[in-house]
Amino acid sequence: MQHTRAHVLICAGTGCTSSGAKKVEAAFQTELAKQGLQDEVKVVETGCHGFCEMGPLVIVYPEGVFYCRMQPEDVAEVVESHLLKGRIVKRLLYQEPISMERIPSYKDISFYKKQMRYVLGNCGHINPELIEEYIAVGGYEALGKALTTMTPQGVIDEMKKSGLRGRGGGGFPTGMKWQFASNSPGSKKYVICNADEGDPGAFMDRSVLEGDPHRIIEGMAICGYAIGADEGYIYCRAEYPLAIKRLKIAIRQAEEMGLLGTNIFGSEFNFKLKIKEGAGAFVCGEETALMASIEGKRGMPRPRPPFPAVAGLWGKPTNINNVETFANVPQIIQKGADWYASIGTEKSKGTKVFALTGKINNTGLAEVPIGITMREIIYDIGGGISDNKKFKAVQIGGPSGGCLPEELLDMPIDYDSLLAVGAMMGSGGLVVMDETTCMVDVAKFFLNFTQSESCGKCTPCREGTKRMLEILTRITEGEGKEGDIELLEDLGAQIKDTALCGLGQSAPNPVLSTLRYFRHEYEAHIRDKRCPAGACSKLAAYRITELCKGCGLCKKVCPVGAITGEVKGQHVIDPEVCIKCGACFTKCPFKAIVKG
Amino acid sequence: METVTLTVDGKQVTVPASASVLEACKAAGIKIPSLCYHPELRAEGACRVCVVEIEGVRALPASCVYPVAEGMKVKTNTQRVRKARKTVVELLLANHPDDCLSCQRNLNCELQTIASDLGIREKRFPGEKKKHPLDANNPSLVRDQEKCILCGRCVRACTERQGVNIYSFANRGFDTTVVPAFNQGLDQVPCTYCGQCSSVCPTAAIVEKDDTDLVFAAINDPTKHVIVQTAPSVRVALGEALGMKPGEAVTGQMVAALRRLGFDRVFDTDFSADLTIMEEGAELIHRIQTGGVLPQITSCSPGWVNFIELLYPDLLPHLSTAKSPQQMFGAVVKTYYAEKAGIDPKDIVSVSVMPCTAKKAEAIRPEMRDSGYQDVDYVLTTRELGRMIREAGIEFAQLPAEEFDAPMGISTGAGVIFGSTGGVMEAALRTVAEVLTGKELGCIEFQAVRGLQTMREATVQVGDLPVKVAIVNTLKEARNMMERVRKGEADYHFIEIMACPGGCISGGGQPVPVNPDIRKARQAAIYECDRDAVLRKSHDNPAIKELYDTWLGKPMGEKAHHLLHTHYHPQTRG
Repeated sequence: MQHTRAHVLICAGTGCTSSGAKKVEAAFQTELAKQGLQDEVKVVETGCHGFCEMGPLVIVYPEGVFYCRMQPEDVAEVVESHLLKGRIVKRLLYQEPISMERIPSYKDISFYKKQMRYVLGNCGHINPELIEEYIAVGGYEALGKALTTMTPQGVIDEMKKSGLRGRGGGGFPTGMKWQFASNSPGSKKYVICNADEGDPGAFMDRSVLEGDPHRIIEGMAICGYAIGADEGYIYCRAEYPLAIKRLKIAIRQAEEMGLLGTNIFGSEFNFKLKIKEGAGAFVCGEETALMASIEGKRGMPRPRPPFPAVAGLWGKPTNINNVETFANVPQIIQKGADWYASIGTEKSKGTKVFALTGKINNTGLAEVPIGITMREIIYDIGGGISDNKKFKAVQIGGPSGGCLPEELLDMPIDYDSLLAVGAMMGSGGLVVMDETTCMVDVAKFFLNFTQSESCGKCTPCREGTKRMLEILTRITEGEGKEGDIELLEDLGAQIKDTALCGLGQSAPNPVLSTLRYFRHEYEAHIRDKRCPAGACSKLAAYRITELCKGCGLCKKVCPVGAITGEVKGQHVIDPEVCIKCGACFTKCPFKAIVKG
Repeated sequence: METVTLTVDGKQVTVPASASVLEACKAAGIKIPSLCYHPELRAEGACRVCVVEIEGVRALPASCVYPVAEGMKVKTNTQRVRKARKTVVELLLANHPDDCLSCQRNLNCELQTIASDLGIREKRFPGEKKKHPLDANNPSLVRDQEKCILCGRCVRACTERQGVNIYSFANRGFDTTVVPAFNQGLDQVPCTYCGQCSSVCPTAAIVEKDDTDLVFAAINDPTKHVIVQTAPSVRVALGEALGMKPGEAVTGQMVAALRRLGFDRVFDTDFSADLTIMEEGAELIHRIQTGGVLPQITSCSPGWVNFIELLYPDLLPHLSTAKSPQQMFGAVVKTYYAEKAGIDPKDIVSVSVMPCTAKKAEAIRPEMRDSGYQDVDYVLTTRELGRMIREAGIEFAQLPAEEFDAPMGISTGAGVIFGSTGGVMEAALRTVAEVLTGKELGCIEFQAVRGLQTMREATVQVGDLPVKVAIVNTLKEARNMMERVRKGEADYHFIEIMACPGGCISGGGQPVPVNPDIRKARQAAIYECDRDAVLRKSHDNPAIKELYDTWLGKPMGEKAHHLLHTHYHPQTRG
């Protein structure tokens, strides 16, 4: 057997691949061969580390040194200095945004330090295209344990005891859902994995699918055993080609090893899996629309009851969970419900993966125990607000969620606390906003998303969100009028009360929550025709300060001749003529033009 | 039957366990407003007008799709419910043209009625309205998507009832539409023009092509001799378009109204229905006796003829070559009648009143010019005739009953039952049995072929021959039957197929709304007309006898073949 003294783990997730990981990998192969190290140092492609902004990421073991933004031209130095001479290449290490300190070790980086990576535990550490690597870290032990030592009801009881709640948005207790499907009479049942991740900015599901696909397969098989299903579908959006590729490889490998198929682990249990590629409609993440889509119909939700557990795919009892939910299952079975329930808050157990984006220093995926505060996520893990700006709000829960203000930063986050403040856990997208973000504009952005993704079936969602969007657009363009806020609140409440599915019922949330916490911003737009964040271009007023040197560039660039002034003299903008395009503001070399 | 008891607005009601909350409310005497709901189509819960409050349910569910449960507590008339319904309708109106006063469905529009019932008095959501071009490139139907409220009833009618699947939802959000494949016009897709979509549409998004102005213009032209024929089923439905209750046969008033409108002669399609029986019956006897293609299938329903030409062209030899009553009438009126009355056929304008939108397309088929002219110039639906009568200020209900003109207004009870499913079959059996056996029938009412089920079959003993027949209505059932015929599993002599549910009585051009009760009432009225008729067998019609004796010769003879029979061809569209 060959002795490998070091491993170079190269992230081959979608993020790092798009920032050039493949070229880095090729450079490593070439350089290692050049130095004669090809037999001593092994290069491994892994899944995502969740710190995509810093990609391409390379970790060198045994030390666990974490190199960021690696380029092919850096490789020679790493091979020569680190792998040959044992000297860490400092300039490629991660630099803490506040202390500016360079951190060599993966586990010491603040982004990872406060995380509790269980669901993402294997991501970035094993080769997702080799089932042996998954098995080597304990994979499929849970399935074996369930099939050989537990009854189906025993599995369901364990799930109930664990307190796991659906990670797709609603937070329905998973064990209870399984119990319903199990209780439904019928010899044919289905398990569906909802991998139609579609919230803007959320990519935790993709990361698990790409980085640890067997975990999902194992979770689904355990579910199939528990509820009495012999067939499962993974509904994955076609925009995730790498996830689909790795799932296909994983399913094939599991079949070859007898971990999918007939008489798994010598038991009576049979289970097969199929992948259904979705065409990318957001609404297909809604479970009844998803099932319609698998059946080959247009993805439109239908009213419940009957619930999928009673009449789901092709009218058969069906259990649907999302990727992250299934990813939690093997460890619950393996380590036990009590262990799992020891993490989290009273009613929300375990960890949750959040996708950190927006005006924050460290963007990426963070898995944290439920009950952590938003402040810890944003400041400790996320490294605070970028460009030293002031925090304004954090949007949680995607288009169905809400915006939370600074005063709620210290609230422990769980399913119920979020609902109480007008947001929701959703899939776990976190968009951080600073003082330059206009909250009316944010509400408009999310509403525009839900309006264009509405399936069009029910009136409140199809027509109501359109009218809310029109009102918001009017407000951001300075055409808002008294009564608009009340109209938004009234219409929003009606949509929540009457829409057919969860997408429609939650569509007004971004508007209602910003109205709740940032009403003054709406009022400023409507009454003072002013955008306090200076983000709404139609409301922006430009003014030339005394810093003006009279260079005349602004006058030249103005498309409507709104600027007058002599060379070397103070220039002025005629607000009546100005169309607020911002060209002068961008062009001025002396920062003499101000907005607002 | 398993039942459950629930409380609706404090009142206990017991309903079948399979009922919806909306049905339970109806049973409790409470009317729930609804738009996408239709009693004969699968409930969708899409429009959200029928929302109610149910104890223990967080949001307001749509009552049309919510199943009842024992002990359930429903509230239908709370401030919350009324406000929600109002908002939903306001939102629909915000994206709907404001042209009620000049709309084809003015005063017969479900959206208008609901807006009025719910007391909507303000427009809180002015904004963009959808823009779509009209689809009016076919002879039968006009689609105006700007008036579409996306209830999806047409989608369900075309899919569930007709099995033709022309319509589906397309696009998302505000751009959502209901369109034929690739947003093509109805003339580009395999639409049969049956008009069932227009029959279930709550607004004027799908309506019949309006030809009333052309007919008024012809009547006003002094150089023209304008004659009109009225289909059997029009007389049992026209009253509904003029404020009368369903199930009233208004034959006499209809004739009187047509005279007041200014038609020069008022004739009856029942006459040519009798003529059809003579030809189609002779054809059936001929096929049976000479080993021709069987089963023979009726060809009176132009929606059905379009269907087989579009989708089962290989089975066209089964179709009777006899023209439909409308077209036999058209061919005879510009030849026989013109000759008899001494009128140049070029001066005759031949108008028909039909329960059917597909008849408009049938009249302009290139084959239908055997008189040397277009045999039928204009086809009006029952709905259009109703509008003409209103426009002319005729007090319909108070008109004295008048008789059709001779000779083409003379008919038998066999002709009138053509208007119902099973009617063509029964009329044919009355004649075929007597012609084949040479003996008079004891009982002429063939109960075995009557009914409203979409597929019925019977074996009728005619002399030594057990004649096996089937009666089919709706195109979905026609498709099932065609599959059987194609596989050689349809062991019948004669099949009657009508495109619309119940036959012409609820054709695509009949007054709306139509529901099972209305359909039953119309059917009962048709059979009553038959019972009241002096003559009830086509071959007993003296005007028909005279036509053959003096002019036409024998059924299936040379002249008859030329004027009264046609041929079919596979249709390709798009």
